[in-house]
Amino acid sequence: MTTQATLPRPAKRLARLRDPAWYQEYGVYAAVAVVLLFNALFTEHFMTADNLRTQLVQVAPIVIVALGMALVIGTEGIDLSVGSTMALAAALLPLYLGYGLVPALLIALLAGAVVGAINGTLVSLVGLQPIVATLALFVGGRGLALVMADGQLKQIVNPDVLALGTGSFLGIPTVVLIAGVLALAVGFLVQRTTFGRQIVAIGGNRSASALSGLPVKRVLIGVYILCGVMAALAGILATARLTASDPSSLGTLMELSAITAVVVGGTPLNGGSIRVLGTVAGALLMQLLRATLVKHDLPDSTAQIAQAAIIIAAVYVARERRSR
Amino acid sequence: MAPTHATPQHPETAGAAAVADPVLEARSVSKRFPGVVALDDVSFALRAGEVHALVGENGAGKSTLIKVLTGVYRSDEGEVRVSGEPVRFARPFEAQQAGISTIYQEVNLVPLMSVARNIFLGREPKNRFGLIDFPRMNRETTELLDGFGVRVDPKRPLHTLGIGTQQMVALARAVSVQAQVVIMDEPTSSLEPREVETLFRVIENLRGQGIAVLYVSHRMDELYRICDRVTVLRDGRHIHTGELAPLERMQLVSMMLGRDMAEVRRDGLTGFAAEGHDAARTPVLTATGLDRRHQLRDIAVELYAGEVLGLGGLLGSGRSETAKALTGALPLDGGEITVDGKRIGRPTPAAAIRAGISMLPEDRKAEGIVPGLSVRENIVLAAMPRLSKAGIVSRAKQDRIVDIFMKRLRIKASSSEQKVGELSGGNQQKVLLARWLCLEPKVLLLDEPTRGIDVGAKAEVQSLIDELAREGLAVLLISSDIEELIEGADRIVVLRGGAVAGELAGDEVDESRLLEVLADHTPGAVPADRTPDTGGKVPAGQEDPR
Repeated sequence: MTTQATLPRPAKRLARLRDPAWYQEYGVYAAVAVVLLFNALFTEHFMTADNLRTQLVQVAPIVIVALGMALVIGTEGIDLSVGSTMALAAALLPLYLGYGLVPALLIALLAGAVVGAINGTLVSLVGLQPIVATLALFVGGRGLALVMADGQLKQIVNPDVLALGTGSFLGIPTVVLIAGVLALAVGFLVQRTTFGRQIVAIGGNRSASALSGLPVKRVLIGVYILCGVMAALAGILATARLTASDPSSLGTLMELSAITAVVVGGTPLNGGSIRVLGTVAGALLMQLLRATLVKHDLPDSTAQIAQAAIIIAAVYVARERRSR
Repeated sequence: MAPTHATPQHPETAGAAAVADPVLEARSVSKRFPGVVALDDVSFALRAGEVHALVGENGAGKSTLIKVLTGVYRSDEGEVRVSGEPVRFARPFEAQQAGISTIYQEVNLVPLMSVARNIFLGREPKNRFGLIDFPRMNRETTELLDGFGVRVDPKRPLHTLGIGTQQMVALARAVSVQAQVVIMDEPTSSLEPREVETLFRVIENLRGQGIAVLYVSHRMDELYRICDRVTVLRDGRHIHTGELAPLERMQLVSMMLGRDMAEVRRDGLTGFAAEGHDAARTPVLTATGLDRRHQLRDIAVELYAGEVLGLGGLLGSGRSETAKALTGALPLDGGEITVDGKRIGRPTPAAAIRAGISMLPEDRKAEGIVPGLSVRENIVLAAMPRLSKAGIVSRAKQDRIVDIFMKRLRIKASSSEQKVGELSGGNQQKVLLARWLCLEPKVLLLDEPTRGIDVGAKAEVQSLIDELAREGLAVLLISSDIEELIEGADRIVVLRGGAVAGELAGDEVDESRLLEVLADHTPGAVPADRTPDTGGKVPAGQEDPR
């Protein structure tokens, strides 16, 4: 931020490295760079186009969900229902493919919007705490998805849907492209639109925002709807890549991956600030870290421990900064 | 600053206190924040048994100095000594253990815990099973608070009390730990006159026990009444330390402001001009029959363009509630609000803003600033839709407005992008004023606009209010500072128990008349059920029915 730049002395440049604020600001990018550098030096076949493309394709759904989550966390909220929303979208998709690709996609996205509207209403109008409000659909959403799909895994053969998962444009996989465009869109939303700035203000001080005439309830509902729609989209893309609709396991633990990406990316959990690029980097860091460890034949459990360490480091850096 | 070469004896503290070692001392302390030097080589010593005033303008470094002394901040240079020993507090708790108790400007207690638990937090009395001895804790709390003239159920959660009572609880906690030093940051800013008297008794008592009190306040009367010595800070630097009594008020003010004495004298002590305003004949805002259970009863207010209407009353009389009702922030059971002859259908903050009503809320921190956002974004918060096109924010338009108001209100910040949370109270208040003024309102409601800001900013805000009224704005001024209310307002409506108790206009606007109306205590005028705002506060000699 510009306030950092006002320190005139050159000696401060080195002192920055000891300043926790610096780590919260740039730590996640530095970590991604370190992991990439490590792999370039010590891992065979890591810095190849093929592998990097695989990593990006795998991380894309997480990025999409995390972007929505970042908005919700920016309002001092949290959305636990994103994984279930993915399952719901996955369950609905094959049911309506008979009407064509576009209606099926719209129905699936609409389901995400409905979930979001319910969450948003519970939070803003009923006044439930976000963690409790979204817990309802975290449990109920997946149940509903299983009921709709008869608890079965359904093979998907529609070529248009499969193209979403495997296709590419100008050499970039479609899913990656969609995630990238969404990241830009959310970045623009947060930085440049009144809606985005109102999200941040409401997260920073809700009563002040209400007294300033901001449409607090409408903004909150809107944020949860956006988060739901993005989760549904991630569900569709994941289903397309899987070539099957699997509502029983699709998106399980996704809420935690998304929250992790947001937190590691430097967005504080107590609202008032949203870091979009940081969120993308956060998701990428967790993905690369796991891939690196797996490539070095370390078991997945080690990867989980490493991820835990990163989360603690991220939260620690955020804490240090606040207590300054 | 060694105590040996500055010990003229104050009549009240002559004797042991005058020769004592400083109990708390700061030596050449410096503290920097991004873009700001908050403290620059400041030395300061506090002796046992003295009440020491710490005064200074906006951003003078008072709060920072207190935070360094109490271990909230660590100084970049210099050292802190307790009873001559250098100390380095890592946490506020360590300062407390060293005998330094602090009462902050904003109450720093646990809102959901009971009064008793707050007072005994961290040092609860235990019974023989090692569990908290609640009966004893509650009993001792009642006794302790009795000494402060506060009667309140010790089992009540703190947040259900009025802010004045909460302040008394904080005070009780601070003095009940075996403190050597009690630091009070603006302790009277939310107290009623009666409570201020109690506070002064407590302070006298502390002085008698040889405890050192560091007293931060902007109220001159209080300083001269209670303090022995004074230290003046300005722009992070130490300006003066010495006996207070021989120091002329004007001299003190000029040291704080760094202004010429003659200039201060010409401007008067408040920033208001001596003459009143020419109010228009038809009211801009008319409110009738404002009703809300237990809070407001049939309140009627008329506000004319070009006047400052004072809203007087004691804590809990319904002043803030009236202001909030007028902006639609407080749901009403009945009543009608019209602006320029147009009725506001369903009052909400958004509707009120559209109709041209702006309100500066009382609680700057909780209801005003968004601390993590920049000065710019805080200023444009309410006006954002107007400064945007198709939902997209226009930086150019924002910068233009922000630039105008930062200059006009003389907001001191490293840039418009500095976070508001890093500014001093006075500058935060100016940012909030800018937020409301850039909406170009017809009616401006100001709830305690100068509370907790220093003399310089106070005078600036007061002269701004004056100027705005002269430009034709209708201003409603709520202030507990009687001097401010009387000098600032053309007319005063006095509230009592949620209803209008009287109105002063023209020559009647003077201190004795106002006190008469405030004090007039006809039993029928007070509703049986007190407003939530007053919390557990009970007029002296009355039992709490709960």
